[in-house]
Amino acid sequence: MKAMNGILVNEVVTTPKQVVEIENLSIGFEKEKVLDDLSLKLFNGENLVVLGQSGSGKSVLIKCIVRLLAPDAGTIKVFGENVNELSRNGLAELRKKIGFLFQSGALYDSMTIRENLEFPLKRIRKELTKREINEKVEEALGNVGLADTSDKMPSQLSGGMRKRVSLARTVVVDPLIMLYDEPTTGLDPLTSDEISELINEVKKKYKTSSLIITHDIECARATADRIIMLQNGEVYLEGKLEDFEKSPDVFIKSFFK
Amino acid sequence: MTQQKNRIIGPVLRNIVKIRDVRKNAEKLGERTFEQAQIANVFLSGIADFYLFMWRTTREAFSRDFEFREFFRQCYLIGYKTVPLISVTGLIIGLVLTIQLRPALADFGAVSMLPGMVAQSIIREMGPVITGLICAGRVGSGMGAELGSMKVSEQIDAMEVSSTNPMRFLVVTRVLAATLMIPILVLYADALGILGSWAGANIKGDVTFVLFFSQAFSAIDFLDLFPAIIKTFFFGAAIGFVGCYKGYTAGRGTESVGKAANSAVVLSSLLVIIIDLVAVQITDML
Ligand SMILES: Nc1ncnc2c1ncn2[C@@H]1O[C@H](COP(=O)(O)OP(=O)(O)O)[C@@H](O)[C@H]1O
Ligand SMILES: [Mg+2]
Repeated sequence: MKAMNGILVNEVVTTPKQVVEIENLSIGFEKEKVLDDLSLKLFNGENLVVLGQSGSGKSVLIKCIVRLLAPDAGTIKVFGENVNELSRNGLAELRKKIGFLFQSGALYDSMTIRENLEFPLKRIRKELTKREINEKVEEALGNVGLADTSDKMPSQLSGGMRKRVSLARTVVVDPLIMLYDEPTTGLDPLTSDEISELINEVKKKYKTSSLIITHDIECARATADRIIMLQNGEVYLEGKLEDFEKSPDVFIKSFFK
Repeated sequence: MTQQKNRIIGPVLRNIVKIRDVRKNAEKLGERTFEQAQIANVFLSGIADFYLFMWRTTREAFSRDFEFREFFRQCYLIGYKTVPLISVTGLIIGLVLTIQLRPALADFGAVSMLPGMVAQSIIREMGPVITGLICAGRVGSGMGAELGSMKVSEQIDAMEVSSTNPMRFLVVTRVLAATLMIPILVLYADALGILGSWAGANIKGDVTFVLFFSQAFSAIDFLDLFPAIIKTFFFGAAIGFVGCYKGYTAGRGTESVGKAANSAVVLSSLLVIIIDLVAVQITDML
């Protein structure tokens, strides 16, 4: 019995569990297909980078995962649960485990930085006391190096600072899965590197599995455990960073020049 | 021979040309009908959409977690945005009405009726409609622009994924705040209008404050005040619903924020006038 248990445990360790499983996903707007029969898996504890040109449907893909958009066909399973068959409460529960960093940051304009971070905390982690909330907010802002901005409004911060605050707001509720929508787009190279570093830190610190959507090769190089390239709504190539760097394919080369 | 042929073919050719013309016209007509039908279709589905939006908002309003803080914040903002504007407008309307009415009443030797008449017209019509229109411009456009930009910059999506129902947090609070605050603002505008009227009456002639007000209020009875207040609740709801609907359903580009704000003002002003018309008809029947 013990031995069997031992084997079982071993198996769990050697075959990484998939946390997100997308099968044959298709979605389009006004007859125009954006994603066509797309399948991919995100495994526990990895950073998966999805590369693609702008307009290739990357944002649509991750919005489907949290059901901000509903696909025309295909299934999406997160922690084994089919996202599109969940009840309202089930969906709310599932969303609590997923952190979503929006392309535009999506900080609430009418709230201070502190209130921005408290907003999801108060709603997702209802069990926390006021003091614990305060501590968590301070800590999350400290982690992105912006502890002194907590009483400012989002409009008073630079683009890079807003992205960092947005990242803090996303991780402050301790999500298990992180979805990053173009975390480094529109930032200067130095700030981009900082954000990439923060993404790696989040993974180390919170043991999250992350899906990173980007067209920024430097960000992909810095963060990827595995890369998927999208083209025409389908998976064009999947592999490790080296596979992409060495690929003779012209399209891939044009990305990794 | 050829002449004969021409005599036969000529009319036939001419007829063919005519037939072609008819077909062209028919096609054009068809296209136009189709266009019209599409416009009608867009219009009707817009109305259906709006009803659905109102229904969803109403349903959310009766759910357990009501966002009190956001509601009070919205009440405060609506007052804060409009009070200065409404104060000035109310005072001036009362003043101007009095100055304009005085000569007409003087011709009949009925200047003593001045306070009562002005008070009636302010409370029944001028106060509610002018406040309604100002709020449609200030509050309606504000909601359209705010929610529109929240939609475009994914803030509404962000709320949704952090386990907050944006309909409940953003829309329900705003609609209720507008429904509650606009009647209060109307009463405030009424009071300032009558104050302005007293000032106007004092430009020529000399009326004491107490006398003026007792004359003004003795002319007003329950049936003046009650329907006028009821309709302002509808003004408020219309402004709230339209402003939120236009913002919430804004398109994806930045330019749709401006469009949302603009069409919120146009539609809510129009609705204020229409509701006023309906309200007048109903009170007339009472
Ligand atoms: N909600 C939507 N309604 C209509 N079209 C959309 C919507 N979201 C995305 N699209 C369209 O889908 C395509 C892919 O968009 P997106 O996923 O944002 O691209 P990207 O890869 O740059 O993130 C674009 O052509 C866009 O216009
Ligand atoms: Mg995108």
